[in-house]
This record gives sequence, structure tokens and C-alpha cells, in this order.
Amino acid sequence: MDFQIALFLGQDGLTNGAIYALLALALVLVFAVTRVIFIPQGEFVAYGALTLASLQAGNVPATLWLVLALGVAVALLDGVQAMRHGSTRRLPRIILVNLAVPALLWLVLGSADLATLPLLVQILLALAIVVPLGPMIYRLAYQPIAEASVLMLLIVSVAVHVVLIGLGLLFFGAEGTRTPAFTDGMLDLGVTTLQYQTLWILASSAVLIVALYVFFGRSIYGKALRATALNRTGARLMGISTTMAGKLSFTLAALIGAFSGILISPITTLYYDSGFLIGLKGFVGAIIGGLASYPVAAAGAILVGFLEAYSSFYASAYKEVIVFTLIIPVLLWRSLTSHHSEEEE
Amino acid sequence: MKQKKLLVTMLLAFASTAAMADITVGVTVSATGPAASLGIPEKNTFALVPTTIAGQKVNVVILDDASDTTTAVKNAKKFVTEEKVDVIIGSTISPASLAMIDVAAEAKTPMISMAASRRIVDPMDEKRQWVFKTPQNDAQMSTAISEHMSKNNVKTVAYIGFSDAYGEGWAHEFAGVAQARKINIVADERFSRSDTSVTGQVLKIISARPDAVLIGGAGTPAALPQKALKEKGYKGLIYQTHGVANADFLRVCGKDCEGTFLPAGPVLVASQLPADNPVKKTALEYVTKYEAAHGKGSVSTFGGHAWDAFKLLEAAAPVALKKAKPGTSEFRAALRDALEGVQNLPVAHGVFNMSPTDHLGFDQRARVMVKVQGGNWVLVK
Repeated sequence: MDFQIALFLGQDGLTNGAIYALLALALVLVFAVTRVIFIPQGEFVAYGALTLASLQAGNVPATLWLVLALGVAVALLDGVQAMRHGSTRRLPRIILVNLAVPALLWLVLGSADLATLPLLVQILLALAIVVPLGPMIYRLAYQPIAEASVLMLLIVSVAVHVVLIGLGLLFFGAEGTRTPAFTDGMLDLGVTTLQYQTLWILASSAVLIVALYVFFGRSIYGKALRATALNRTGARLMGISTTMAGKLSFTLAALIGAFSGILISPITTLYYDSGFLIGLKGFVGAIIGGLASYPVAAAGAILVGFLEAYSSFYASAYKEVIVFTLIIPVLLWRSLTSHHSEEEE
Repeated sequence: MKQKKLLVTMLLAFASTAAMADITVGVTVSATGPAASLGIPEKNTFALVPTTIAGQKVNVVILDDASDTTTAVKNAKKFVTEEKVDVIIGSTISPASLAMIDVAAEAKTPMISMAASRRIVDPMDEKRQWVFKTPQNDAQMSTAISEHMSKNNVKTVAYIGFSDAYGEGWAHEFAGVAQARKINIVADERFSRSDTSVTGQVLKIISARPDAVLIGGAGTPAALPQKALKEKGYKGLIYQTHGVANADFLRVCGKDCEGTFLPAGPVLVASQLPADNPVKKTALEYVTKYEAAHGKGSVSTFGGHAWDAFKLLEAAAPVALKKAKPGTSEFRAALRDALEGVQNLPVAHGVFNMSPTDHLGFDQRARVMVKVQGGNWVLVK
């Protein structure tokens, strides 16, 4: 291997690693706040990318129907609950968030000539369709059993994952798509070349990570999420709604997932089911961080990216084996160093 | 409750006796799961086939096996025990088809597979005598590629294929024919369908400086190495396998696929075939029917295998009908013999000449070399 190949591989590893890092952060966030191991995280990657692709093909994305259907379901559940508690003044808000907003999206999508819109508008529309799925799924699948054991929540996650995969095949078909790059072309650095899309990925990931850092450090909502992660009961006693915290963390996870998908879809073909494996690699990163530490999870995810790039050069047939075997020494090391207390579940 | 159950059973019993005289066909396709892009056009094709053969009504029962071997076997068992089918068609993929052989042979029911592996009908034995298949063997296709390579002075080839049965099968087949033609394989790499990057493999291939690269993948995932090769500045010839022959591959690969060569069934370029080609008429019939139902450019070679399976049945069933009534074991045995006796039957993918030792029956008319040119498939003459 000469220097140039090493550079190329490093660049490839860093690009993939950046995406894995974003997903790892989302996984840690969701687990810390709600104790849900969010297996469907990867589906948001695929949904984001494929929704954008179908917008660019000039079609109304089928994900919109899912948002509308889930919106109706959530509005019904929340509406009935609000009526029972006699708090009718919450109704307008419930209807606005769950019914009016998706309906408005529908109107916008139905009237605009989607294929000719500027890329930025298309991306924003795709995010506007996919991101609401996060809190809606939380409301429907997880909120009713928020106090259940981690294992129970994991089983529900598996179910949600399977449902979303099936819907993905129904919505987008079996074939994959690619979207055009944000900026076409390459940057010539002399020793190596860099695609502009790679720079977009690295820069956007960095900006997102910094934004998350600021959000958790400075904003009241970020602090509320951290408080919930540290101690659910304590946070509730201080007036922080765990339901709000759960919905917010799922919104963030959906946003990160969908945006990651939109970022990578110009450099790789994405399928309705490709999100799972991408999410799983983010999960390996999150495990390295013990599903608790954000910086370690991000670093772990980038390590996964590098490992993947270099092993695909040396032993391409064993690439996945090498990447997923990494988890064994990490688990061993973690179980030896951390004091295992019997969980208070 | 009990009475209701009894009523339902009686109704079912009536329904099945009424259906006794019809020819029942059990179809299992992989309409979901990893092989969905092959299974869906096959499923669509069964909606286009005739509803009668030689005046007999044909009942087609279609089940989805989700690209899963266990489910395919379960479907096959259901066909023979509950539906009492006269013939099983399926499955889409080789592992599932191989597993179904036992069920078909045990029930003495003929089975027509739409999967590619040669092992489905070879070596011919007690069980496989019940099994037929319609797609070309990988060996036929890899011979076509190696022929084209030697004509174009290719001396060194790099191979990159799926890290599954498809990629391994091609690696094995191609290594055999390449050796015979003194073509050197200088790199042998793998990638998986779900990979998001193949930079490592592609860099290794480029540093080996091959005259040509053969990509052993199916469907749109096979575009990934091709795009990476072009992006890293590879200038040599690029070959794909017939697994990519659908419109989605062209859409995803775009201009990076210009000039790619691949072997394929003649149905892919049906309208460009010379008029004296026996395949042309029936292939065009299929293309026209399919595109009328699903839109222009929607046809793929995979659906053609389903069409051919039904054509085989259409040719063999009248012969068997003379000997026995559908729904009986005599009919199934007669149908098997008739399938084995099919001669000179032109179908979408070639011309069938079955024999007791060859249950595929295709010759070199079952493959053409195709080039991607201007975003279309163009026949190489």
C-alpha cells in the first residue's frame, strides 16, 4: 500500500465514520433519555434519502401517507385522553400539530412542481416529512410502555424496525436510488482528490455535532433532556415531563437519521433496507461509548469507519466480520473495568 | 363454533372437488426480501399468462417466500399437501429452489425453478428428474464473457463480486473459463449488497492494473463498484453479469455505465434481434404484454424466466392431458415426462431442447452480448 492509497482509504473511512458518529450520537441520546435501544434509527437514514429521491423524481413521497396516518392515530389517542381528563383546551394544539401540519405539507407537495424546486427546498421538504415520524412513533409505540424494562422496549424496537422495513419496501420498491451531489466535482489537493460531497458530509457532521453540544449545554430543553437522562424520577419531581423529553429525543434522532441519509445518498446507492446495517455500525460505535458517553461513542464510530475502509482493502471478504468482531474485545474490556451493579429495573 | 368449523370444512371440500378438473399451478416467488427486485417482475408476469391451456382452466396460486429458504419449502409443502398442485413453479433464488427439490421429488410433482444455479438440475439423479429450470447457467454466461474478452485482447482481469452465493458462484465459474482461455485473474475481491463504499477494493483493483474488470453482482448494488472505478479514474473495459439487466440499474448507474459489456438473455434486446432469430417473436410478445401492463421500459429479464416457465408448461400440458386427468398422480408423472420431451420450443430467453440428462435445454442461442450505450441496452453483433 502506498501513501496515496492510504490517504484515499483514510478519507473514505472518515466520511463513513462521520455518518456512523452522527447515528451513534442519536442512539446514545435516545437510550440515555428513554432507555430505548433504537434499532429503527437506520430506517430514518433510508427514509430520508428515498423521500428526497422521490421528491426529485417529481412524485409525492409515499412517506407522506404514513405521516398523515400516524398523525390521525396520535390525534385520536391524545384527543380522547385530553377529553377524559376534561382538558379541552389542549385539543386545538393536538389537532394543529398532528393533523394540520401534515395536511399543510400535503397541500404544498400537491401544488408545487417538485422536480424543479431548488435542492435546498427539496431537502427541507424531505426533512419536514420524515422527522415528524420520530415523535409520532414514540407516542404510539413507546410512550404507553415508557416505564417497562429495557428488554421490553428492545422487543418493541425490533417490531417497529420490522414494520418500517416492510413499509419501506411498499413505499419505495425494491430498487435503490442515488440523489445528485450537493456540489458536483472534485477538489484537487495534489496528492489526492476530494469530492465536494465528502467535504459536505464532514462539514455538516461537524456542524451538527457542535450544534448538539451547544443544545445540551446551553438551552433549557437540552438541560431538561440531560436531567431526564441522569434521573427520570428526579427530573419529573422538578417538573420536567418525561413524555416531552422522549418526544424531543426521538425528534432529534429522526432529524439526525434523515439528514445522514440525505448526506450520503449522493455517494452511495441506498435501498429501503440499507439503513439497518448503517445504523448497526453506528450502534457498534455507541457500544464503545457504553451507550452513555457522547465523545467516546463518536470516536468509536469513526474508528469503525476507518476499520471498515482498511479491512475492505486487505480482506474484502471478511470486512463485516472484522468490523463486528470489534464489539467483543470492547464488551470484554467494559465488563472488566466498570463496576457492574445490579440494575434497578 | 363446531358447526361453523364443519361448514367451512365442507365448503372447502366442495371447492377442492370442483377445482379437480383444472390444472393447478403453485407459484412461489421472492416478492419481498433481498431478491425482491427479481421476484416482483416474476410475480407480475404470472398476471399476464393465459388462463387456459388446451381448453383446460388453469388455476395459478401465488405465494411469497420473502427470499427465505424455509418459507419457500413451507410454500412448496403447502402446494403439495393442501392445494394438490400439478406443478410447482419457483423459487426466484437458488438456495430456496435447491431446498424445494426434496419436497417436489417426494410428492412426485414436477417443479420448474426460476433460479440460476446449475446445481438445481445437475447432477441429474433420482430427485432432480422432477426438477426443471428456465434461467441460463452461469457457465453459459461466463463463457460468453470470456469469449468477448479474448476477442478484445484482454489478458488480465480483476474480479469483484458479491460476498454471497451469487458472487462466489461467478468467481468459481469465471476462474474456470478464464484459465482455459489463458486470461489471468490479477485481483479477486468481494463486497456485500448493503455496502455503502467499495473504495478499498477498487483501489486494490486499480493498483493491479487489469485490462478489464468483471463485476459479479446483481441489480442496482452492482453499480457501486462501477461508479467507484470510474471515479478513481479506471480506463479499462468493465463487464457486468446478466444479474444487472433491468432498467433500475441503468437509472442508478447513469453515465458511469456507458460502454459496459454484459451477457444477457435475448429478451433484453428483443426488438434488435435479427428477424430470422427464432427467439424474436415470442420475446417481443412477452415484452409487449408486460409493457402494456406496467409501462414502457418496465420489462426485465427476470420476469422472462417466469414467462418461459409458463411457456414450458403450455407446451407440455396438452401432451400430459391426453394421458391422465389433472389432479392425479398419473397426470403429474405424465407432465414430468412431457416436460422432459419438450423440443425446439422458442421462448423469451432462448430455445428449449430438453432431454433426460439436460433439464435446462438451452444452447448458445440463449445468450447475447449487450453493451450499454446512450443509457440503453444495445445488442453487440
